[in-house]
Amino acid sequence: MNKTRVYGRTVGGLRSLSLQAPAVTLLLLWMLVPLGMTLWFSFQRYNLLMPGMSGFAGLENYEYLLTDPALWSAMGNTLLLVGWVLIITVVGGTLLAVLFQQEFLGRGVARVLAISPFFVMPTVSALVWKNMMMHPANGVLAWLANLFGLPAVDWFSSLPLTSIIIIVAWQWLPFALLILLTAIQSLDDDQVEAARMDGAGPIAVFFFITLPHLKRAISVVIMIEMIFLLTIFAEIFVTTSGGPGLATTNLAYLIYIQALLDFDVGTASAGGVIAIILANIVAIFLVRLVAKNLES
Amino acid sequence: MTTPRYKRFLLAVLAWSIAFVIFFPILWMALTGFKTEAAAIADPSLFFSPTFESYVAVHARADYLKFALNSVVVAFGSTLFALLIAIPSAYSMAFLPTPRTKGTLLWMLSTKMLPPVGVLMPIYLLFRDAGLLDTRTGLVIVYTLMNLPIVVWMLYTFFKDLPRDILEAGRMDGASTFQEVRHLLLPLTLPGIASTGLLAVILSWNEAFWSLNLTSSDAAPLTAYIASFSSPEGLFWAKLSAASTMAIAPILVFGWLTQKQMVRGLTFGAVK
Repeated sequence: MNKTRVYGRTVGGLRSLSLQAPAVTLLLLWMLVPLGMTLWFSFQRYNLLMPGMSGFAGLENYEYLLTDPALWSAMGNTLLLVGWVLIITVVGGTLLAVLFQQEFLGRGVARVLAISPFFVMPTVSALVWKNMMMHPANGVLAWLANLFGLPAVDWFSSLPLTSIIIIVAWQWLPFALLILLTAIQSLDDDQVEAARMDGAGPIAVFFFITLPHLKRAISVVIMIEMIFLLTIFAEIFVTTSGGPGLATTNLAYLIYIQALLDFDVGTASAGGVIAIILANIVAIFLVRLVAKNLES
Repeated sequence: MTTPRYKRFLLAVLAWSIAFVIFFPILWMALTGFKTEAAAIADPSLFFSPTFESYVAVHARADYLKFALNSVVVAFGSTLFALLIAIPSAYSMAFLPTPRTKGTLLWMLSTKMLPPVGVLMPIYLLFRDAGLLDTRTGLVIVYTLMNLPIVVWMLYTFFKDLPRDILEAGRMDGASTFQEVRHLLLPLTLPGIASTGLLAVILSWNEAFWSLNLTSSDAAPLTAYIASFSSPEGLFWAKLSAASTMAIAPILVFGWLTQKQMVRGLTFGAVK
């Protein structure tokens, strides 16, 4: 508070303070109030279905959660989901960015088609894939498998997590492509030309010029995707509801079950705190990267 | 550099095939919306007699319009509020920077990193006690705050690109801050403001964590309406497709229009 007063002395500081006040105050409330409440609840015995139960719980909620095998399976699923989607979207996005950077007939339209899935709402993507693509009897994939004489796969019962990974990767590959395509456009053509003159093949150009140029954009893509992928929810909600068993329950879905199905506020909040800590580990690196960029 | 013609041709074929495969689920959905329910679950075929019966059926259930209206009100309402709150803030950060500006910007960015599921419980309880559950007002509040950091950031990068001399000239002529913003800044950066607004609309329109958890029937937007097709009684593919196509079409067009500027907002200016 003292600091603001110091800047408030200058006219510009005072004006900028009052202009920023609404945005800063609202965001501060939006962050601190729920965050404080989550922390507080996580140390309380608090279940909406058991009104009589209350009081300080200490670390009970955390203990309950950390010794629950469901948490560890949810953590594992979260890691698998985040990891695989990252690999698919970053590798695929980089290769596609190079491809769509080449000149060919109708490039603009092809680009627009390829980035479209990113603008489709998650519930639509998930249901279109679940019903029309992956349905074991009437889906397009089953029809294709039939065409080649292969047995149709019952995606959501035999490969539930893989199915979710495919759907989420389909949504986020266009995001990676969009960002990397923008980044690749600032690549210096002369540099590529010069390397070519010196006898570098396309593969050498890719690894020694394109990839280093994209390094920062790729790290931005990885971090932003991580923050969103850590808490994928709607795709699981409308397709598998976390099942079969716990096969597709990630951390976000586990917290949702505890919060709005079991109404166990204490445990759900402890789960929330764990999710916040995980997201923050990633966030620190992202904020640093952006900060560096702000200086230049 | 001259690439042989056949190579260029192969390149085009490869790129187009990949683009087609990626786009295929959307295309297939759009086509299925024009089929009868029987044709929708029959073997995939591009040859069918198109019918509007699914579109008619979806519209006949008057509630489709209710959900669509909820989406429109919530997405545009929250965007309007976010812009109103963000414009003064971004203006002061771009034109009256103090040593704190950078810190404030980064802090705003960090609020975006809070996973929604981490604060699900408090928001749910606060909304319940305030009577905001299943209301459009509630969703507008959440989406305004959710998008505020991105909106401030994007506006900040657009404002900063504006030559400062222009605003200074206005000030010399005796324009007040309000006049300066109203008559110089806003008209000059209108394209930037428009694409910022479109991004906020897209993000709110497609948001599916809060809409699924905070609404049930009255205020449910299209994301939640489409989710209702996941129950077994809702396995009508043609109707699902028709409803989905209508739900995503406007946003798809917005996305195509603003893809370039969107990169700025989505990466907080780290990739231009």
